[in-house]
Amino acid sequence: MTKTCLTFRDLTLGYNSHPAIHHLDGTIRRGSLTAVVGANGSGKSTLMKGIIGVLKPMAGTVVRAPGVRAAYLPQQSELDRSFPARVVDLVSLGLWPRRGLLGRYTREDRDSVSQALMAVGLGGFEKRPIDTLSGGQLQRTLFARVLLQDADLILLDEPFNAVDTKTVGDLVALIKRWHGEERTILVVVHDLELVRQNFPETLLLARQPIAWGETQETLRPENLLRARRFHEAWEENAPWCEPDRHGDQGHDHGHDNGHDHAHDHHHGSGPRAA
Amino acid sequence: MMDTLYGLLIAPFAEFAFMQRALAGSLMLSLGACPVGVFLMLRRMSLSGDAMAHAILPGAAAGFLFYGLEILPMTIGGLIAGIIVALGAGAVSRFTIQREDASMAAFYLISLAIGVLMVSIRGSSVDLMHVLFGTVLALNNEALTLIGGIVLVTLVSLAIFWRALVAECLDPLFLRSVSRLGSPVHFIFLGLVVLNLVGGFQALGTLLSVGLMMLPAAAARFWTMRVEPMCVLAVLIGFASCVAGLLLSYHVSLPSGPAIILSAGVVYFASILFGTRGILRARIIHHRHRTA
Repeated sequence: MTKTCLTFRDLTLGYNSHPAIHHLDGTIRRGSLTAVVGANGSGKSTLMKGIIGVLKPMAGTVVRAPGVRAAYLPQQSELDRSFPARVVDLVSLGLWPRRGLLGRYTREDRDSVSQALMAVGLGGFEKRPIDTLSGGQLQRTLFARVLLQDADLILLDEPFNAVDTKTVGDLVALIKRWHGEERTILVVVHDLELVRQNFPETLLLARQPIAWGETQETLRPENLLRARRFHEAWEENAPWCEPDRHGDQGHDHGHDNGHDHAHDHHHGSGPRAA
Repeated sequence: MMDTLYGLLIAPFAEFAFMQRALAGSLMLSLGACPVGVFLMLRRMSLSGDAMAHAILPGAAAGFLFYGLEILPMTIGGLIAGIIVALGAGAVSRFTIQREDASMAAFYLISLAIGVLMVSIRGSSVDLMHVLFGTVLALNNEALTLIGGIVLVTLVSLAIFWRALVAECLDPLFLRSVSRLGSPVHFIFLGLVVLNLVGGFQALGTLLSVGLMMLPAAAARFWTMRVEPMCVLAVLIGFASCVAGLLLSYHVSLPSGPAIILSAGVVYFASILFGTRGILRARIIHHRHRTA
């Protein structure tokens, strides 16, 4: 049993040949709970998409440890709310990893759907059509689906959007329960206070990792300042990132392949214009 | 009284073999095409059915050009043309930034132009009319067998891929995150659309077979909030439209294809008005509300 769940090797992800994640190296430990923070456009959601595999890397790789099953709650789901489905139909999709295309749903499956809904405070919502749910209720429904997926690696992209304070508390408790069950969890969050209180580790992104490690250390004011200073817009005439040049950057990143990130990760590079 | 009813409703089917064949063929078509139509509608691809129907033309025309008015070559030709357009349009929308409506429009227009060109090289406009509008009253055994096979393939595929198809409609990104079936199931579905349109074109013609696919589905949408009952209801509406249309065609000497589609059209308008999710319900009943 390896201790590594995810390995990033020189990972570059992006759109139209502009990088949104630039030469990321490092590892995510099995059973770790990591907050991913950063400004708009700093590559947080892109990283999630790269890990789950819906966005193919422009360079480098993401390696999932063998046998790791992932669940993903996207920031902007492609959910069609006008589709005639009930809450129970939507949540039951989370049974896919267990039942696949053809497996019959058993009584236990139906019970576990109800329990998942109960866990997000939506007990008794089974028969509600999904187009009658509020934004927050829908978000919790999707949380219930993640719960049902019973995954080893859980990726949550801004899961607390449009969710009221009480429910945020419930959902954080749920995340901590998963953490206790040795699942690996990555959560994109904006509320730094929430991160400081609940997340042991943090990855601070500004297209490149600004800091990555223990939360209090990562969220030090100078790091946050540096993260805020990154240049968000694409530069149409930015020079091509050549292999030797990115070799330089690799040094700038200050860590080598396979290098565990659990300790301090400071490196001197200011964010380069991409 | 009973005699009048018998004469009106049963006798045409009991006494004439061509009416029996027409009934069998159109009922089988409904069984396959209506559920496919429900998914087309739910995927907001209602007009794609129409586009696909046009796309089939060059294939059918090629079959006609080489073999005359024979059902098998025309069907196979239609199938090939339809699948090329479905795969082409689907692939462009999946792998480029262009959405499916635009790529479908581009592909079907090109295909239609080729089809018209081919028909004009040899056939007269009468032949073209036959391909476009079909003749449900002249179904032979070959055609019935073909329709039966298509229905069987459709129902079996739907049963197997049901869960993936629903997931692909409801939350495609989720399906991509747990399975690689997303793209295959989309193409399988487009294949079923083509198959059912081709199956319908002997009976109803390429244009009207879209009607039997879409109108019952559109009508069923006004009655239920779940997919399974919606498909069943669409099939039942399809059945009713076929029976009504054929009787109408028999008694009033109307062309059978349009009569069937217009019957479905009547059900559609009735559903808009009286459906449980229709206009009248929404306007009148919902003025009252519960305390919680």
